[in-house]
Amino acid sequence: MVQSAKKGRVQMPATKDFALFRRTRELENEIDEFLNKISEGGLAFRLGVQIYMNHGPTAEFEEKLYHVNSLENTADTLRRSIETKLYSQTLIPESRGDVLGLLETMDSVLNLMEGALWGFSIETPDVPEEYRVDFIELTDRVVLSVDELVKAARAFFRNIEAVPDHNHKVMFYEKEADKLSTKLKRAIFGSKLPLPNKVHLRSFVESVDNIADQAEDVADRLAIYTIKRTV
Amino acid sequence: MDIVVIIFLTSGLFLGWALGANHLGNIFGTAVGTRMIRFSTAAAICSVFVILGAVFSGGGTSETIGKLGPVNTLAGAFMVALAAAIAVWIMTRAALPVSTTHAIVGAIVGWNVFSATWTDIDSLIKIMIGWILGPILAAVFAIALFYLTARLLRIVKPHMLFLDAYTRLGLILAGAFGAYSLGANNIANVVGVFIPASPFVEFQVAGLFTVSPAQQLFLLGGIAIAVGVYTYSAKVVHTIGQGLYTLSPVSAWVVVMAHSLVLFLFASEGLERLLAHVGLPTIPLVPISSSEVIVGAVLGVAMVKGRHHIRWGMLGRIGVGWAMTPALAGIACFVGLFVLQNVFNQVVYDSARYQFTPAAIERLAHAGLPRAVLDRLNGQSFYSSAQLESDVASSALARRDIAQLIEAARLDPVKVQPLRLGPKEYARLTAGQIHAVYKLAGQSFPHRWLFAEALARESADWRPGPDPVLDKARNRALRDHIDTLARLFREN
Repeated sequence: MVQSAKKGRVQMPATKDFALFRRTRELENEIDEFLNKISEGGLAFRLGVQIYMNHGPTAEFEEKLYHVNSLENTADTLRRSIETKLYSQTLIPESRGDVLGLLETMDSVLNLMEGALWGFSIETPDVPEEYRVDFIELTDRVVLSVDELVKAARAFFRNIEAVPDHNHKVMFYEKEADKLSTKLKRAIFGSKLPLPNKVHLRSFVESVDNIADQAEDVADRLAIYTIKRTV
Repeated sequence: MDIVVIIFLTSGLFLGWALGANHLGNIFGTAVGTRMIRFSTAAAICSVFVILGAVFSGGGTSETIGKLGPVNTLAGAFMVALAAAIAVWIMTRAALPVSTTHAIVGAIVGWNVFSATWTDIDSLIKIMIGWILGPILAAVFAIALFYLTARLLRIVKPHMLFLDAYTRLGLILAGAFGAYSLGANNIANVVGVFIPASPFVEFQVAGLFTVSPAQQLFLLGGIAIAVGVYTYSAKVVHTIGQGLYTLSPVSAWVVVMAHSLVLFLFASEGLERLLAHVGLPTIPLVPISSSEVIVGAVLGVAMVKGRHHIRWGMLGRIGVGWAMTPALAGIACFVGLFVLQNVFNQVVYDSARYQFTPAAIERLAHAGLPRAVLDRLNGQSFYSSAQLESDVASSALARRDIAQLIEAARLDPVKVQPLRLGPKEYARLTAGQIHAVYKLAGQSFPHRWLFAEALARESADWRPGPDPVLDKARNRALRDHIDTLARLFREN
């Protein structure tokens, strides 16, 4: 067994060196790498929101924003490279359209996370103390749904039967996030804050919750792709 | 080589071309249809392996074809192959997968009707059973393979990209196997009728192995098939690939593999010998229809995956194509023979005569045929096997008995004249065999079988082996030699 330096991925030397499958192995690694970027993006996003809620727009927060930003750039590059390879080498002819759709919509999840963090950085909303815990909780649920989506996408490539299990959890966390965002919005609009503040805060609740909605949309697509792919 | 022979051979090559044009679809249609393999790759693999299969494993099925109708002149063989080729070509134009087997059988029956030859119904039934058994077996194999593959994938859980790579490799290997089996099983359809008239001589390749005249004929046929694959097969490839049922790449592999296995079962003399050796029943070596087998396999997969996806209309069209092919080929052959005989003055059949000589009666009595029938036939002559058959129709004889009557009574007078033996015969026959011929010098035999029996009495080298399967190659070679001698010593 050989540990590849980069990701700690375990590879069999026999298949690794077998020329016929070398390109396939490279592409497989790229897809894994792409999915890693999405889940890493989720973790950085959660940390970013936590830092903002606890300490405001500090340098540490900005660092998380740039981290997500660079992940997004790398993911874009990987996605283009994967797409080009799939088409130029006419690989998985039956499923490449689906894989393309999957990668693009997954990429947009990362875009939404980046966008939300940019919003906090540019507009620096003033989040009153009593909403901060819920904001962090909402972010947790959203990131959990993204995590499950990444697992579902991995299963789509390796273990198609496991996709529904993960999809199911994506839906679950998306619903939980919806409940919390509704609760937050009710609390915000029921408060004595000036209307502009209320509207401003609502837009932030929505920008975070939208990420889970997008994750759910991707999971829905994935469910269809999965049906198409069963032998 | 005689120029006339070459001209007559062209119709066999035309049939080979038509077969190639039509059958690449069976083997690689699903692979090309699912875009797993490029058309050019498929065509290259198919061409190479069809030729290999034809040369190295062909011949197993040619005997069955030969029994159905002993097409005994080159002009007749020309027309039979041409009629079959026309039928296949018309079907290919209509983008329908068609069976060369159906076409050639139809054409041979057409020849039988024209030459008033009694059609050996037993051989016909044997072939038709193969036609029914082939697709059923393919469906069974496809279902079994499908479950096995699905199970294996569930255990191994390969990455989608690797599954794709393995499937491609699997499709190429299964396709190569399929092409080999197709060459082995169907080459008899293409040039089988020309074997008795093969203009080639045996030669050695680098002292390693000998290439028999039949193998050279098979090579030529194989090349014709390859040309057909390259020039005209794209249309049918797409019908099979997408027309009947939409297959996933993995199920495409299942289909190709099931098809190849079935074709191989019905073509492999090696397998037949192996089965006979361990005392198991053998599979009849009949040319089966690759098209039927592939449709059977596709339907097998469809049954597992859900029948509602089957395009029944397309299936109906394919079915009509199959039924029409033999009829079309038979009629084309009959008309063509008529034209060839009456317009071009060609001898399209060797009109055999049948006479119940004392020797024939004795042989038949020995075989247990009813005495009353034999007494009535004693001394009688017939101008065709069909006439003979209608004469004994009222006697309620079994088909096998009628076949025996025809074989025993067939006149094929030879007068053994060893001086007519040429260098070719000296090279092929053993010393014992030639010695036996010399011993019979000057004797006359009215029937072929009488001549063969006399030879067998003179030398052990002329005695056929007792086992129909294990001694098949030897017995076939003996029959070929006797055919050659009979032509050489024919009395006019």
